[in-house]
Amino acid sequence: MSLDLGVFCKSTLDGEVVDHCFSSLLGLGKNADPSYLDWLFKAWGWTLAVSCLALVIALVLGIAMGTLRTLPNNGRLSRLLVWLSTTWVELFRNIPVLVQVFLWYHVIPAFILPLKALPSYWLVSIALGFFTSARIAEQIRAGIHSLPSGQRAAATALGLTTPQTYRYVILPMAIRIVLPPLTSESMNIIKNSSVAFAVSVPELTLFAMQAQEETSHGVEIYLAVTALYALSAFSVNRVMSYIEKRTRIPGFIAPSNDTGAH
Amino acid sequence: MLSLDLSFYNWELFSNYILKGLLFSVQLTVIATVGGIIAGTFLALMRLSGKPALVYPATFYVNVMRSIPLVMVILWFFLLIPMLIGKPIGADLSATITFIAFEAAFFSEIVRAGIQSVPKGQTYAGEALGMTYGQNMRLVVLPQAFRNMIPVFMTQTIILFQDTSLVYAIGAYDLLKGFEIAGKNYGRPIETYLLAAVTYFLICFSLSKVVRLIQAKVAIIR
Repeated sequence: MSLDLGVFCKSTLDGEVVDHCFSSLLGLGKNADPSYLDWLFKAWGWTLAVSCLALVIALVLGIAMGTLRTLPNNGRLSRLLVWLSTTWVELFRNIPVLVQVFLWYHVIPAFILPLKALPSYWLVSIALGFFTSARIAEQIRAGIHSLPSGQRAAATALGLTTPQTYRYVILPMAIRIVLPPLTSESMNIIKNSSVAFAVSVPELTLFAMQAQEETSHGVEIYLAVTALYALSAFSVNRVMSYIEKRTRIPGFIAPSNDTGAH
Repeated sequence: MLSLDLSFYNWELFSNYILKGLLFSVQLTVIATVGGIIAGTFLALMRLSGKPALVYPATFYVNVMRSIPLVMVILWFFLLIPMLIGKPIGADLSATITFIAFEAAFFSEIVRAGIQSVPKGQTYAGEALGMTYGQNMRLVVLPQAFRNMIPVFMTQTIILFQDTSLVYAIGAYDLLKGFEIAGKNYGRPIETYLLAAVTYFLICFSLSKVVRLIQAKVAIIR
């Protein structure tokens, strides 16, 4: 079996080979037909856009919910917040991500009308972000619980309020500890962004399915798409390990636990 | 505000659309769990064998599977299996093969961690009794490792059950597909998607409660 990489230089309109494969990417020939290579890179852009947006949502909500779950049990408000965050995690962790995407695309806009105006890639990012936030919340909670209880006691002894304790003492340590699992979650977001195909966001997986059908060069198309997914996930991995290295505090070595989830 | 009409949700709809999908999802989960654990154990043993000819292929396989989105793995197998055997293959069978192959990589990581969690002294004691490598694994290490791993296996099975919904990509008839087709035929997509979410939630949430109970029961106290 031999690979025919020429398929990427074919026009997506009539299947003829275009003059310059990178034409519209490099802005050389304005009038040239877009090639499959152009389409591939556009699709990669969509994958990255959905993943980045989802990652921001997941980090913000995940850190918030994970923190709330560990609030000390002293008063009605904190009990309410613990209950709220626990429900959040259970809800978003126990529904498949694809079903959550359909919920955000088909169901929730019927109840919250302004969401109808949002483009579908936003809805997918919200779905993916909420799904991942539940998992990040669990990591953050585990990180906070792994800190010695003396940290919290010391903060109380210094007269810090609960928000101050979290802001200045607990979270700076806990987030550093959970950076390795956060790295896996960030890589998972790139992989899970593939579910966006189901609501027609023109990302890599949808490109793979459509281009495979049009060109019947499935192996070449899938290889390129797979390589781009792997490259994206690997880049995230490198960026996160750079962050890990930059934020490391001498004397504290964060335990690495690479748990396998997908 | 839109009002929901769930009156169409009755036994007829369940038996006509949902049951078939639910059975396939459960069947896929069970087959992939059993097959994945068996294949995953062999992969883990290969990786721990210390022989480069076994370590590198197994490591490569596990890392490749773990770095590709599951949807792409499903598409790959659906494309490649017919090419290799030279005739078309159904989405159901393709999905089953894919999930065994994919889950093997994830279960192998769990098994590897489980084997490594068994104290070294156990292996030494086995060797001191004159056991071969195979006997030592089969009679001493693996039984303890599997006991430790039961809760993690079950958690992975819950994730696997959720992941079966991704066979949507090749159009296999699973639980989600059953709800979707029912929604189209009754003209009530909003209600059926909502019901699909509730169904998945109830199944996964109750299973995760069971896992927590078992976790407390099987823990080996050292």
